[in-house]
Amino acid sequence: MRILLIEDDAQMADYLRKALGEIGALVDHADDGREGLLQAAGGDYDALIVDRMLPGLDGLAIVRTLRAADDHTPALILSALGEVDDRVEGLRAGGDDYLTKPFAFSELHARLEALLRRGGGEAPETRLRVGDLEMDLLAREVTRGGRAIALQPREFRLLEYLLRHAGQVVTRTMLLEHVWDYHFDPQTNVIDVHVSRLRAKIDKDFPTPLLHTVRGAGYMIRAA
Amino acid sequence: MSPARLALATWSRARRRVGRILHSSIFRLALLHVLLVCASAAILLGFIYWSTAGYMDRQTDATIAAEVRGLAEQYRRRGLAGLRTLIEERIRRDPSGANVYLLVDARRQWILGNLDRWPVDTPDESGWVRFRLRERGPDDAGEDHAARARVFRLRGGLRLLVGRDIRELEATRTLIERALYWGVAMTAALALLGGWLMSAGVVRRLEAINHTSREIMAGDLARRIPLGGSDDDFDQLARNLNLMLERIEGLMAGVRQVSDNIAHDLRTPLTRLRTRLELLAAALDEPETARALAETAIADADELLATFNALLRIARIESGGRRAAFAPVALAALLEDLCELYEPVAAERGQRLTLEIAAPVTLAGDRDLLFQALANLVDNAIKYGPSAGAIVITLDRRDGAPCISVADDGPGIPEALREAVFSRFFRADDSRSTPGSGLGLSLVQAVAELHRARVVLEDNRPGLCARLCFAAAV
Repeated sequence: MRILLIEDDAQMADYLRKALGEIGALVDHADDGREGLLQAAGGDYDALIVDRMLPGLDGLAIVRTLRAADDHTPALILSALGEVDDRVEGLRAGGDDYLTKPFAFSELHARLEALLRRGGGEAPETRLRVGDLEMDLLAREVTRGGRAIALQPREFRLLEYLLRHAGQVVTRTMLLEHVWDYHFDPQTNVIDVHVSRLRAKIDKDFPTPLLHTVRGAGYMIRAA
Repeated sequence: MSPARLALATWSRARRRVGRILHSSIFRLALLHVLLVCASAAILLGFIYWSTAGYMDRQTDATIAAEVRGLAEQYRRRGLAGLRTLIEERIRRDPSGANVYLLVDARRQWILGNLDRWPVDTPDESGWVRFRLRERGPDDAGEDHAARARVFRLRGGLRLLVGRDIRELEATRTLIERALYWGVAMTAALALLGGWLMSAGVVRRLEAINHTSREIMAGDLARRIPLGGSDDDFDQLARNLNLMLERIEGLMAGVRQVSDNIAHDLRTPLTRLRTRLELLAAALDEPETARALAETAIADADELLATFNALLRIARIESGGRRAAFAPVALAALLEDLCELYEPVAAERGQRLTLEIAAPVTLAGDRDLLFQALANLVDNAIKYGPSAGAIVITLDRRDGAPCISVADDGPGIPEALREAVFSRFFRADDSRSTPGSGLGLSLVQAVAELHRARVVLEDNRPGLCARLCFAAAV
């Protein structure tokens, strides 16, 4: 996995290079906007991590320019601004996801994985499967080991999102954003209760759990 | 200070003052006003001059015309002889010589009259002529004055001139002209003086305001602009500025208090974090303990970051810039999502969360912020309400104004604390045993203000009812 990191803050860049290296990514780094755009346009990267405020050329302009040149490399925008309207602006410029500083590396990692998966551009699926758990998106039915499981509409969407990112860590914020469609900061772990309800329905009567809690990061669904 | 230097200082102060007045906009306005006044005075006096002088001219012409009519009558009836007799008689009867007669032959030789020479000027088309008359009389000094006359041709090449000395007319004209000049000059002088005095007054009052502003900018926030006491527009300006200064001072005090609070409230978690790191440094030999300590330290740091983020968020919301991104929000759907999200948490504590929608409402707002604010209220209700209690969320209209209320049956908030709970870092229980940053209600308040809504805390007997009331015009 080759990643271009465009970030002017040396300390932040160092930290991210090290952390990304640990998860097995090859990282190139540019510390100003113009340089970053040139590298992004020239290199064959799997994903871009772009800081929003950069000397030379700001992050949104880089992404906008790449998109205008029909370059659809997934881009994750980092920003210290961190408000919803900024986020909307970032996504509108062609960014694929938006993350506010400060963030936990696990959050960045989870979002990066999701972006890379999305970049695959597979045909629209009608069935999602992990282990013996199956979701029929057309009939909106879920079965495990051939046994039908009744889910509330929100539980269905929650499970669908987890299944679409099977084998990846999904953070609580990602779930709030994509399953509930609200960008906000719950003071209590409301999401945990929803996940444990879902877990009770899909895992409780079965010998092998599918839905796992990843400490300090979020959740992951995977077969054994 | 020596007298010379004192004089110099006084002089330069006076010069500065004069310069200030000369450069003030009010003095420029006054100058413009002087110009206008002088122009209108000149126009007025000019009109008076024109109509008076014109009247006198017409009067003279009428007198001459009457004279001519009399002479013509005589000439028609009794011929040249009769005309000569009449002219002689008239000259005799008018020794002062206001009337002028002259009869000359074809070669312009004097025949009769009180004028010795035919005037050189050529008459205009209707026979009028204007010429200078040389005074004859005891003092043969030869004083010139103006005369006006009409000229006729008679049979046999004779010419007759009938006119009038217009010396008095000229004198009156000069008098009026002089009055006109003086009038305009005095108007200009008075207007200039008035403009100067007016500008000086205004400049003095403005200078008082400027002086105070400079002192305030220099750091003395307690200064206020002195009032003149006459309740005029300058006093009103000063009063408004003073009110603004008071508001600024209040805000500054607020900022100071908030930063004091921040310093105070962040010291505790920072100290805790530091202690854990110290313990971690000491426990590096025991990997299990070290890992546990590192994890709690990270959790502490996350909590601190969350607090900072919340503070920044509130500040950004309070700056009001997000109103530009307002879009229609269906409150009923939003509340349904909210209940759906929080119902499991409430259920875990054995609480019942119910939603009552009396009237569907759509208003312009920020969907995420409204959700956040209401989530904070519901979160509080769940946190502080008793287990197995009931939490009721209601959406209705009161006097046409949309209103959302979140009611619980917990301990409530004592009347005396209902104002204080909105301030940053306020915690009702001093032990701080329940989790939370003390910023939840501050954020609710900020979001409410952004939406021009009020947050009202009421007694739910028992419990607390937090009400978010929007403006009726939504």
